Amino acid sequence: MTAEGVQPPAPAAQESGGRLAIADLEVRFGARRVVSMADLRLDHAEIIGLAGESGSGKSMTTLAILGLAHTVGATVTGSITLDGLELVGLGSDRLRAIRGRRIAAIFQSPSTAFSPVYKVGSVFVRALRLHGAGKSEAEDRAAEAMRQVLLSPDLMRRYPSQLSGGQLQRVAIAVAVALRAEILLADEATSALDVTVQAEVLDLLRGLRESIGMSILFISHDLAVVAELCDRVAVMRSGVIVEQGLTGEVLSAPADAYTIELLASVPKLAGAP
Amino acid sequence: MIETPVIAPADAVLPRGVRLRRALRANPLLTVGGLLVVLIILVAIFAPLLAPAAGDAGTATHPLDVLRGPSAVHWFGTDQVGRDILSRVIYGTRVSPVIAVIVLAIACAIGIPLGVAAGFLGGWVDELVMRVTDVFLAFPPLLLALALAAVLPASLTSLTLAIAAVWWPWYVRLLRGQAASVAGRPYIETCRALGISRTRIIFRHILPNSITPLLVQVSLDIGGVILTASALSFLGLGAQDPTPDWGLMVAEGQSYFTPDWWLVTFPGIAILVTAFAFNLLGDGLRDLLDPKRSFLP
Amino acid sequence: MLAFVARRIALAVLVVVGVIVVTFVVAHVVPGDPAATWAGPHASAAQIAAAQKFLGLDRPLPVQLVSYLGGIVRGNWGISIHTHRPVLSDIMTAAPATLELVISALIIALIIGIPFGLISARRPGRVADQVIRAGSIFGVSMPIFWMALILQLLFSQKLRWLPAAGEYSPALLFSHPLVKRTGFPVVDSVIGGNWPMLGSTVVHLILPAIVVAAYPAGLIARMVRAQVLDTIGEPHILNARALGFREGQIFGRFAMKLAWPPVSAALALVFGYSLVNTFLVEAIFDWPGLGSYAAASIATLDTPAILGVTLFVAIAYVVANLVVDIVQAAIDPRIRLR
Repeated sequence: MTAEGVQPPAPAAQESGGRLAIADLEVRFGARRVVSMADLRLDHAEIIGLAGESGSGKSMTTLAILGLAHTVGATVTGSITLDGLELVGLGSDRLRAIRGRRIAAIFQSPSTAFSPVYKVGSVFVRALRLHGAGKSEAEDRAAEAMRQVLLSPDLMRRYPSQLSGGQLQRVAIAVAVALRAEILLADEATSALDVTVQAEVLDLLRGLRESIGMSILFISHDLAVVAELCDRVAVMRSGVIVEQGLTGEVLSAPADAYTIELLASVPKLAGAP
Repeated sequence: MIETPVIAPADAVLPRGVRLRRALRANPLLTVGGLLVVLIILVAIFAPLLAPAAGDAGTATHPLDVLRGPSAVHWFGTDQVGRDILSRVIYGTRVSPVIAVIVLAIACAIGIPLGVAAGFLGGWVDELVMRVTDVFLAFPPLLLALALAAVLPASLTSLTLAIAAVWWPWYVRLLRGQAASVAGRPYIETCRALGISRTRIIFRHILPNSITPLLVQVSLDIGGVILTASALSFLGLGAQDPTPDWGLMVAEGQSYFTPDWWLVTFPGIAILVTAFAFNLLGDGLRDLLDPKRSFLP
Repeated sequence: MLAFVARRIALAVLVVVGVIVVTFVVAHVVPGDPAATWAGPHASAAQIAAAQKFLGLDRPLPVQLVSYLGGIVRGNWGISIHTHRPVLSDIMTAAPATLELVISALIIALIIGIPFGLISARRPGRVADQVIRAGSIFGVSMPIFWMALILQLLFSQKLRWLPAAGEYSPALLFSHPLVKRTGFPVVDSVIGGNWPMLGSTVVHLILPAIVVAAYPAGLIARMVRAQVLDTIGEPHILNARALGFREGQIFGRFAMKLAWPPVSAALALVFGYSLVNTFLVEAIFDWPGLGSYAAASIATLDTPAILGVTLFVAIAYVVANLVVDIVQAAIDPRIRLR
């Protein structure tokens, strides 16, 4: 049973857009179906949590949204629309234009997120130039974004091995910010970080939603973090959404047995909104 | 696209024969290599039956039949003393591959004990063995084998010894790595604490673990040794007439090469096909058994 | 960085000393009497004894070894029994031609090997991959002396597309003489603006370089394929894709950059192997390099010359590995920060 008819928080930013709508999404490896998602919607400046254990298909959802499912040998059917534009089956050129530029992603392990042989800023600037910025414009935007995530632009001249996990994750977020992405897919983005660093990153994400109206799909197995950050939450099990709704409602009065199980295994909720 | 594994975990419960056949189908290169190798071995075993003129592989000469091109009677033509080249090429399967096997047997006989000692005992034994090995590995194999073969009287024996003297360091390194990694594992300490002798540990744990990489390395090396041996014979440092060694045949045919192309062509193809077959096999085995292995040339 | 370089050089020096010792040991495995060979077939006992003294063969072995070591360092690499000239000067005369050949071969090998390796890695397991893998193994299995003969027959004799032998057309020496500055004909032609000569040297290089390039090309293609496949599954590749980079950039830039260290290590290896392979090929192409010198020395059983060449190539191999190590550390910060 799902709770529907939710009101997104009033947009606090100038930009609009960033509306993702997933309908009847199926991701398969050959005959094996790993994701079967009937309905998930992410609205402008909204933060939605996608919760579930490992293997529930959360990461495959991320890959499917990015149009990268084929790189691991999976096939995608169904509908994923970005502001009305259908992404499934879209030509690869157009998908690449959207990747990074309109939909950005950060992943679990920040220390392996950057190529070890390139300076952190190098790929950063190159990505900006890929999406149309000139050289000096790209460098300026990159530096600006670094400041927005409270990092010194000098850190861009370092190699990944010379930065901490928290710093690297913030750089990854900075890339999304610099590219002016409307949607951020955060796949277990804080799972590998210390609690204090985690808190900083969560603050940052909240701030982005406030300042530039970024929509965030926050994927995590950690219900406590989801509870803290997300407006709405969808609980996933074996590729299917078993329950979704306002975070407060779902977590205080779970309807599905699995959600109850998950909640029971969380040691302490950091205060439901 | 990522490679799907050859044998998916769920298949592990299938009978061995089915697994093997699936693996072979997924690895066409391995299959081709394996079949070719079996073919070559069969030719070597049944050489007397297959060769039209078995004596030509030995001391027979036919002065009236010299330098005849390929024909129905002599498929590969005849050489400068009238010997049937097809027969000599067939008997050649008994020369190079056998040398390769002997060389690698010697290399293992020296390399395995030294490597295990170095890896297992560690300390100064390890240092000493590794420094000596490093010096030998500083020579490209063919080079040192060549120098050795050049100063020894030219014969198949010198050739075999020269190549063996050059090849053993690779096996020291291989076994040292295996022994060192096994010796470092916690359960070995438990074994020692329980008073289990070192010898038992070596035979029960280190050696069985090393069989797979050893097998892969040997199959990869056979091709290399065959090429080295034929190169040395080509230079005149190995097999001597009338031994039907392919490298020697190419060297002998060189002076007649321009009009009489068959003397050089067919023995050379034999070397190529044989080395190719063993390399395919070795490569396929490596992919099958040790997919994580770093590349060893 | 400096400490790293210093350590590596010290190690290399140690290895070179070991190499010299091994060469010395090999020299003394020689059956037969070098003094007798030196003195000639009709020498008397007294002349042989004098030759022994001259060659220092009457001293105890350890003394000979030390003197040999000292001699090597000072540039005395022995005297060729065949040419009666110092081995080192023979080698230095012959070396440039071989280096030119090997370097050209390696360039060809990179030009062929890297793209094919990348193509192979793009779609592993498919037809193109299997064909390229088979081709690489083919290249690595090629008996190089045979390939030289066959290619020479095909392209020089039968098709007449390429010259059969020599570094350049000897007729050109009259109309457009080559001024020797570096000893490398191609380089000298460019420096002197001698375009006809340049054309001739390049055309003469093609066949021998292709033959020598077969093994390295095969090896490099396999290496690139293996390394790129290893890298392509890593998280930072996913990140790069998520940023919108094209697949071509993913493979050619991101994956390839990580493949360079092992590929350059392989380059050092094939440099050494190719130097030796020229021994088999140069005589066939009348190429006046180390290979011809070595082949001639083998044919005449000129032990000092054989050992001199062995030492030279081994040292060149050690140096090549050293250079690659240092360059790798300069490019990949993880190596020197270790």
